[in-house]
Amino acid sequence: MTWRSAAVIGLHDETATARTIALAVRDWPGHIAGQHVDVRLTAADGYSAVRSYSIASAPSSDGRIELTVERLPSGEVSPYLTQQVMIGDDLELRGPIGGWFVWRRDQTEPIQLVAGGSGIVPLMAMVRSRASAGSIAPFRLLYSVREPETVFYRDELRALSNQGDSVVITYAYTRVTPKDWPRPAGRIDAELIASGTWPSNLRPSSYVCGPTSFVEHTTGLLIAAGHDREKIRTERFGATGERK
Amino acid sequence: MAIISRGFAGRRSAADAKLPPGQYLTTDFPVLSAGPTPHISLDRWEFTIDDGNNVLKRWDWKSFRELPTETITVDLHCVTRWSKLDTAWEGVSLDVLLADIKTDLPYGMFRSYGDYTTNLPLKDVMNKQAWIAFKYNGADLEPEHGGPTRLLVPHLYLWKSAKWVKGLSLMPQDKPGFWESLGYHIYGDPWLEQRYSGE
Repeated sequence: MTWRSAAVIGLHDETATARTIALAVRDWPGHIAGQHVDVRLTAADGYSAVRSYSIASAPSSDGRIELTVERLPSGEVSPYLTQQVMIGDDLELRGPIGGWFVWRRDQTEPIQLVAGGSGIVPLMAMVRSRASAGSIAPFRLLYSVREPETVFYRDELRALSNQGDSVVITYAYTRVTPKDWPRPAGRIDAELIASGTWPSNLRPSSYVCGPTSFVEHTTGLLIAAGHDREKIRTERFGATGERK
Repeated sequence: MAIISRGFAGRRSAADAKLPPGQYLTTDFPVLSAGPTPHISLDRWEFTIDDGNNVLKRWDWKSFRELPTETITVDLHCVTRWSKLDTAWEGVSLDVLLADIKTDLPYGMFRSYGDYTTNLPLKDVMNKQAWIAFKYNGADLEPEHGGPTRLLVPHLYLWKSAKWVKGLSLMPQDKPGFWESLGYHIYGDPWLEQRYSGE
């Protein structure tokens, strides 16, 4: 797999710790929603570090992709990508990588997305892919965040959920809720799975992405609610927060 | 020719010298799985070896745990770039499991609960290179790390060390398992950085 140069053409802060980086990639072959790339940084003395990041943008043919990177306090690459990179810089990347945790535009079955924190990124690529393809596959998103300020893509998600045939979005706040929110802060439980996800008799395909403990917990709830384990795909982040 | 990243210094440590190229050190134990974690009760657990037609060997939990075990301390290298050093395991060597089997089939497909598979040349799991592990750090292996039993093949990337392993099918030719069919390398040597297919 070849390394390609990628020019930074846009930067946008999603939250206090997460930044979206828009890239124009030379000879980009295109991707499927859910795939990731390897990003390589190289120091002046030749030392390099590589990390994987999920693609946030929908597939397109113009060679542009977006990554959303969450800064890890002890990270080696994410502080650079979220704080030092400037428009006009060239990065190196290769990909797309991964053929399992993907949503293809010819899938018509109901889709249940479950995101924990920055696990929203590959799922957002699926939501955007659905919209750009004009797909009417029934999508629901259950998005768990610590507090309202940590929601990624807030305005775009609101717009995407306010149309006909739109994505149905349910938020779960684990620490702090918005004012007058009906549900107290807390992790996703069986009740929220019942009210905020497709019922199992619709046989949805589910994509669950987040920290390991989140994925273990929520897939357990989905299975307890009658979902087939074969229809649940997962992507986990370790305690280091890097994509696994 | 790599592009220099303006202002990037990187973070190097003495321990990195022990690691395969492109890996970084971690002290926690991240998890990578394609689907939900299966929870397998020991009275249902079994491990079988077949040749594609016939089951050659079968162990239930009791007979498996009567086999001689070894304790192993090894380094782990995940294709997602973390490495963890000096991890301690207890398991049954594949040498023990394959001891009575006369075969000239040169490849194996390991099979797991949850339908995961991974392929390996048989020579890579013999001669003290692979174990069916059931303890990690002295405790029963947790389901999220592959318990009750996982394959441990530490000289290859960790996806080859199939979690929730339940059997081995011997094969005349190599053929890709789960991740190997999805863009990952057919063999997966971390020292040669064989991460993706075609490398």
